[in-house]
Amino acid sequence: MRRLVEICGDENVFWRAEDLLVWEYDAGFDRRPPSAVVLPGTTEEVADVVRAAHAEGASIVPRGAGTGLSGGTIACADAIVVSTARLRRIISIDRVARIAVVEPGVPNLAVTAAARDVGLFFAPDPASQRISTIGGNVATNAGGPHALRYGSMTNHVLGVELVLPTGECVRFGGEVADLPGYDCVPFIVGSEGTVGIITKVWLRLLPLPEDVRTFVAVFADIEHGARAASAIIASGVVPAAMEMLDRVTIGALNAAFEVHLPADAGSLLLVEVEGLREETADWATSIERILRKNGATNVRSAETAAERELLWKARKLGYAALARIRPNNYLHDAVVPRTKMPDVLREVNAIAERYGYVIANMFHIGDGNLHPVLLFDARSQPIDRVMEASAEILKVAIDAGGALSGEHGIGLEKNHFMFWVFGPEDLDAQRRGREAFDPDGTMNPGKVFPGGDACADIPTERTKRALAEGMWV
Amino acid sequence: MTTAFDTTGLERCIHCGLCLEACPTYKITQLETESPRGRLHLMGAIADRRIDLSRSDATVLHLDRCLACRACEAVCPSGVPYGRLIEETRAAVAQARGISPLGQLLLWSVSRPWVLGAMNAVLSISERTGLRRLARRFLSPRLRRLDALAPPVGRPQYRPVQVESPRSSVALLLGCVMRASYGDVHTATARVLAHFGVEVVETPDQACCGALHAHAGNKEEAIRLAKRNVAAFERADVILVNAAGCGAHLKSYAHLLEDRPNWAARATALASRVRDVSEFLETIAGDETFGELAMRVTYQDPCHLAHAQGIRAEPRALLSRVRGLELVEMANADVCCGSAGFYNLAQPDYADRLLEPKIDAILATRPDAVVTGNPGCMLQLAAGLRSRGREGIPVLHLVEVLDRALETR
Ligand SMILES: Cc1cc2nc3c(=O)[nH]c(=O)nc-3n(C[C@H](O)[C@H](O)[C@H](O)COP(=O)(O)OP(=O)(O)OC[C@H]3O[C@@H](n4cnc5c(N)ncnc54)[C@H](O)[C@@H]3O)c2cc1C
Ligand code: SF4
Ligand code: SF4
Repeated sequence: MRRLVEICGDENVFWRAEDLLVWEYDAGFDRRPPSAVVLPGTTEEVADVVRAAHAEGASIVPRGAGTGLSGGTIACADAIVVSTARLRRIISIDRVARIAVVEPGVPNLAVTAAARDVGLFFAPDPASQRISTIGGNVATNAGGPHALRYGSMTNHVLGVELVLPTGECVRFGGEVADLPGYDCVPFIVGSEGTVGIITKVWLRLLPLPEDVRTFVAVFADIEHGARAASAIIASGVVPAAMEMLDRVTIGALNAAFEVHLPADAGSLLLVEVEGLREETADWATSIERILRKNGATNVRSAETAAERELLWKARKLGYAALARIRPNNYLHDAVVPRTKMPDVLREVNAIAERYGYVIANMFHIGDGNLHPVLLFDARSQPIDRVMEASAEILKVAIDAGGALSGEHGIGLEKNHFMFWVFGPEDLDAQRRGREAFDPDGTMNPGKVFPGGDACADIPTERTKRALAEGMWV
Repeated sequence: MTTAFDTTGLERCIHCGLCLEACPTYKITQLETESPRGRLHLMGAIADRRIDLSRSDATVLHLDRCLACRACEAVCPSGVPYGRLIEETRAAVAQARGISPLGQLLLWSVSRPWVLGAMNAVLSISERTGLRRLARRFLSPRLRRLDALAPPVGRPQYRPVQVESPRSSVALLLGCVMRASYGDVHTATARVLAHFGVEVVETPDQACCGALHAHAGNKEEAIRLAKRNVAAFERADVILVNAAGCGAHLKSYAHLLEDRPNWAARATALASRVRDVSEFLETIAGDETFGELAMRVTYQDPCHLAHAQGIRAEPRALLSRVRGLELVEMANADVCCGSAGFYNLAQPDYADRLLEPKIDAILATRPDAVVTGNPGCMLQLAAGLRSRGREGIPVLHLVEVLDRALETR
């Protein structure tokens, strides 16, 4: 502890039990306070902290804004949390090369705004973008509504600087693409803090699209909406974003924001196209036709930038607005093949009904990334049952040929379910990849991989493990 | 022993963190301990008895550093009632640990107009005789700060304005600091109202609204004052308030008195008739303009107007009705200036760190004057400008601007 204070200064180290409570959570369900929290102010300080911890055999958990939904920042094994909150500089923006170099603690939206100031565009837009950090976005390979057209974070990271679990500072990629040798960048993107602490990121910027058009289409039910979405993709048009909202969600959004969505709609599709003016005009016409042909009872386009912003604000903040219906919720993140989506949704709804939860759906329909949210009240409905229902939902998605997570990561939430989708050899190869960076397993222990006991003192963790191992037959 | 308190609404916080960037104290520290999500989590830990209030100075400090500006509440999609929760928590803190002696003295004086009046008189005499300047040299830093932020002396008292055959009438909350130190703002309010044929009727039994007491955790006194005002204003159709903090608090009387059988309904009725002066003027002004005033101003959103009452457009709309007046928006106009009741006395370090960027933002607009709508903000901004040697830029209440503009007609 004394060493940490020496490195970062008294005011940047927290150790009192009651203070540590505010670092025991992220936006998911697992809770456990760390043994200390440090906020280094430079890469050197990060490296010194990691070295000091490594010398003592202490584990480390990197932390951005703590908006993660899968327990990635929860400190297992009495780990020390290293927060990137003070690493908040945008180091440079190169307008010609279209590259931004930033520190990991910069919020996503700050990069978007800085890029826009020089006429450029930073595409990744997780709904948490106001607050979630670039470091966290890289570590979870974050997506967002516009990932449909632009891809998730991994398509936008050109290079990273990383402090390894043993304290060395290394760099992969950077301004110049196609460096010889192994391309480690995609391996680090999505590594959820298990291979080192990201201290600097080179980001790809794009030209601002010339024109943007946004439509809201109303359907009688989810199935019609889903069919229309498939028809749009099949037509060859690639919308920049395509989101579906169901009736429960619409109610919550109307209560939280002044969006005035049609309250009697069975589902809504939010479709956006971006590009050159001639292109968007063409696409707009065909999208509108397809929407109507597939049962849209009403198609409205956002007339002004303000209207479009309000729609997106409602969509992006919508997850939190669901707490207006029930105080607690469990948000899922499975991805299923688009053709199976209507069937999966039907089964998911049936599970929710069987368990007695309200269910809300608001998701990236374009990539088949479902986000069913189970709404409940933890004061009367035990969390164990919710997790059981969630495991059933995961199983339905996997049985349909889907994946565990679209964008929120595996973390502590779904680690025990990994063997549902990966065989022992696959997992072993992944483990060895990790060990090459973290031979002692001190970097974010207990995450991503199934089995381990590092986090076994967290009750929710034990429950999930029992479910994962018990339900798989 | 930790005191039980009402945590209704706390369960709605899903820890999403969307409120963090809106929080002034998080902005300056980047610390979860100084964030709304962190403070809500601490409140939960207090309620669950994981934290013992009487022993945890650190927790109390994090809670004390909250401005109660409610910026977090305004952006929270879940609708977590932060303002109410921090008041409940502070009442629990006060019960477990008591209120600081300085806080007690200030609270005691604001609810007694004669004390404020007497202080005002003493200060004004010492100001004129030069005694105050002399005394300043011997004051401790804390007291010097108190002195720098003391309400202005020598501004004229409130003088009611006669209206011939008024078309309607309103009651005006005179308040504590406003009454003692900003009487001329009340007069300006009455004159602007008179221009629209609205008369201010006297409400002699009214008291200080009790907002400062509630924020500091003195719930008992807050309830006593609320009851007095509910009774005093019972007959008024509209209760007009020109101090944002008081307006927000009057509007929350319904909650404050909700479990008092004889008062709840009356308090709800009263709260529904409370209007901020900008809200009211914007509804009665029709298409009228306010005369002319060639001036470049910038507008500071008082927290308890923008965040607590959702009033942002009205003051700006009113300013746009003044011909020749140019409104230049400063950056982050709705971020707290650090005034927040006694905050600038209780948390001087944080208050200064909040005030610095605020003054920078103001100066960047090169204004002739700063306009706002709350006495606390006026004091804090004026102190900030003075500390930079820019006392030449006056801080005006919105109604003062409108009143001056009307004079030109
Ligand atoms: C309302 C809401 C909406 C959301 N919407 C989306 C969405 O649309 N798309 C999406 O993909 N996600 C979404 N999320 C999830 C979350 O915001 C993302 O996972 C985000 O990328 C996390 O960033 P963070 O800064 O909060 O990271 P944290 O939660 O602090 O950390 C997440 C993980 O990253 C690791 N990490 C953080 N910083 C570093 C670093 N510098 N080096 C190494 N590892 C690091 C942590 O160890 C942890 O494993 C949403 C969350 C909320 C609450
Ligand atoms: S107060 Fe609201 S915005 Fe802030 S973390 Fe809680 S739910 Fe999210
Ligand atoms: S009331 Fe203001 S200072 Fe307090 S937590 Fe909310 S935003 Fe921060």
